Amino acid sequence: MNPTLSRVFPWLFFAAAAVLPLLFASDYRLFQLTMVVVYAVAVLGLNLLTGYNGQVSLGNGAFYAIGAYTTAILMDKFGVPYWATLPFSALVCAGVGFLIGLPALRLGGMYLALTTFALAVATPQLLKYKLFEGWTGGVQGIVIDKPDAPFGLPLNPDQWLYLFCLLVGGVLFLAASNMVRGRIGRAMRAIRDQPTAAEAMGIDIAMFKTRTFATSALFTGISGSLGAITIQFVAPDAFGVPLSLTFFVGMVVGGGASIAGAIMGALFIQFVPNIAEEVSKAAPGAVYGLILIGFMFLLPGGLASLLRLLNGKRA
Amino acid sequence: MRRRTLLTGIGSTALLATPHIAKAQWPGVTKDEIKIGHTIPYSGPASAYGVIGQFHTAWFKMVNETMGGIAGRKVNFITLDDGYLPPKTVEQVRRLVEQEGVSFMFSPLGTANNTAIQKYLNQKKVPQLFVATGADKWGNPKEFPWTMGWQPSYRTEAQIYAKYMRKEKPNAKLAVLYQNDDFGKDYLIGLKDALGADYAKFMVKEVSYEVTDATIDSQAVTLQSSGADVLVTAATPKFAAQMIRKVADMNWKPLHFLTNVSASVGSVIKPAGAEKAVGIITSAYIKDSTDPRWKDDPGIKTWRTFMDKWLPGADQTDGGYLAGYGVDQTLMQVFKQCGNDLSRENIMQQAANIQPHDCAVLLPGIGVNTTPTNFHPIRQMQLTKWSGSSWELFGDIIEGTGA
Repeated sequence: MNPTLSRVFPWLFFAAAAVLPLLFASDYRLFQLTMVVVYAVAVLGLNLLTGYNGQVSLGNGAFYAIGAYTTAILMDKFGVPYWATLPFSALVCAGVGFLIGLPALRLGGMYLALTTFALAVATPQLLKYKLFEGWTGGVQGIVIDKPDAPFGLPLNPDQWLYLFCLLVGGVLFLAASNMVRGRIGRAMRAIRDQPTAAEAMGIDIAMFKTRTFATSALFTGISGSLGAITIQFVAPDAFGVPLSLTFFVGMVVGGGASIAGAIMGALFIQFVPNIAEEVSKAAPGAVYGLILIGFMFLLPGGLASLLRLLNGKRA
Repeated sequence: MRRRTLLTGIGSTALLATPHIAKAQWPGVTKDEIKIGHTIPYSGPASAYGVIGQFHTAWFKMVNETMGGIAGRKVNFITLDDGYLPPKTVEQVRRLVEQEGVSFMFSPLGTANNTAIQKYLNQKKVPQLFVATGADKWGNPKEFPWTMGWQPSYRTEAQIYAKYMRKEKPNAKLAVLYQNDDFGKDYLIGLKDALGADYAKFMVKEVSYEVTDATIDSQAVTLQSSGADVLVTAATPKFAAQMIRKVADMNWKPLHFLTNVSASVGSVIKPAGAEKAVGIITSAYIKDSTDPRWKDDPGIKTWRTFMDKWLPGADQTDGGYLAGYGVDQTLMQVFKQCGNDLSRENIMQQAANIQPHDCAVLLPGIGVNTTPTNFHPIRQMQLTKWSGSSWELFGDIIEGTGA
């Protein structure tokens, strides 16, 4: 692919993603595609942390939960409009991410993975904790309203929500791809691959690692907010270990350290479980597992490596 | 090339999107088919409930093959996996309603899962019938006229304990251990319903615990020292077992009511110690397939015949199959009343006026009925006492104090 095309392509893709579903997709498909956007942002957040920076997190679902609850509580208890909750959720999650990034500095590899896993295990119970119950609604969770299209736009709520999420997601993807392409991205990868050499080059490892954690939490938190608005409901048990693992699966299947991989990973985690269920009602988990193993055998570098392969052959 | 592939991909997704609905007489109903939607966890931590989904599937297969379907229409029963995750339930239910175009949702399982779809279904005016959860909030026809429960709620159960206590021990001093969530609090509400103004007179101590607590030992001590002689334990199995053991170890002998959520012999009574649980009272509304008392019961026999033929090899000690059978009988009654009008409005109207029918697996004397203002189909239970080796039903059928 020639350089101009590869620069123009993401914009074409974005434009197509904005227009085509509105023309052809039913409300239900739009809802699914909205969830793809939501998951893509979450997978991207994890990818920045784990794929680019090498800090393995099995607990990003916790940031997703914090983002979702920040939005739900602000909408439900304080009457804040849905769009205005996003900056709050970004701030809260970045703050929490930064704080969690501090102890993470001392932990590497599987120890960090286990620590973040503990975060995922603890999240549903913390959300049910009685001190917060007045806000979180306990096990009942919080039901929130679906936003209508603003400015009298001729769109139904599903169409508007899709566009809204796509817009927010697009901005985040643009930011992420700029970030990883520049100096910061090089530093992140250098820390992942050769920490000693990176330090010798004058890279402040502690600062980069904690900030990457904060950025990852910010992305995942906003994704959680969008998810809450889309589902119109938050409850503690939706944010357990399986959610964090789902993001992890999305990242690995899509391809670590790849921006486009996040989108493909999101498509995978949204649609493949449904396919597995079509194949077998009795053991959807087993079918899903088999598909996953198949993917890892055929495409060990994730779906993104397929793109690179096509790209390389054509260059 | 890359671009084209992706665009084609998106295009084909969009093409898939157009639902194919044959000429419908009513939503989800054509002249030869009625579509019914259902969600349940077939995967994930709560996948043990999946057997209920398998039961319903077998039931409608039988209806199609031996009864010619419903009002001459084949039942297309579409049951989907939600992994017990509310966001997944929302997705699956939207698929069922918008994509498959089902007539109504039948017995989706899980309290949070049903909460997540309740508003959506009510806005769309799609019946959410006989939800499989014990929470009390499903019988609220004023706010949610398209949602209805089936099994007796926790609140009803508590009302029944309070009624019995009031009759047997008019001077009781009541203490309650409850889990600090909706499940536990429904019991407090139920006790208040039944005791009314006398609640304060009876109640000497309410103590809660968190699901995250390690033990309830200190709560047990507090409750005993209140001088209570009646104890209601609204606790999930692990804590219920702890409570039974602690009460016995402290040599406290209250009249002890235990939520039927924790009536399991295997996971509560045996771990606590079968002899320590003697005299504990809980309640039941469904026959227990493992109880020798029902060996020759015609209802259980009908159920077993069905199981042998349509679900051969299934574990008949699993209570899920009995509950599934019960709720299917109620649905059949709704269809019977609907006659040839299978509009959503009529289905809901008939569900709100269920006439007495034989549910076969319910305890003798327990009825199913609703009125437009009472969306709690089952409000009666019978008390049952632990003898040391099994639960023994005793006394009359007791009815809760209503909605």
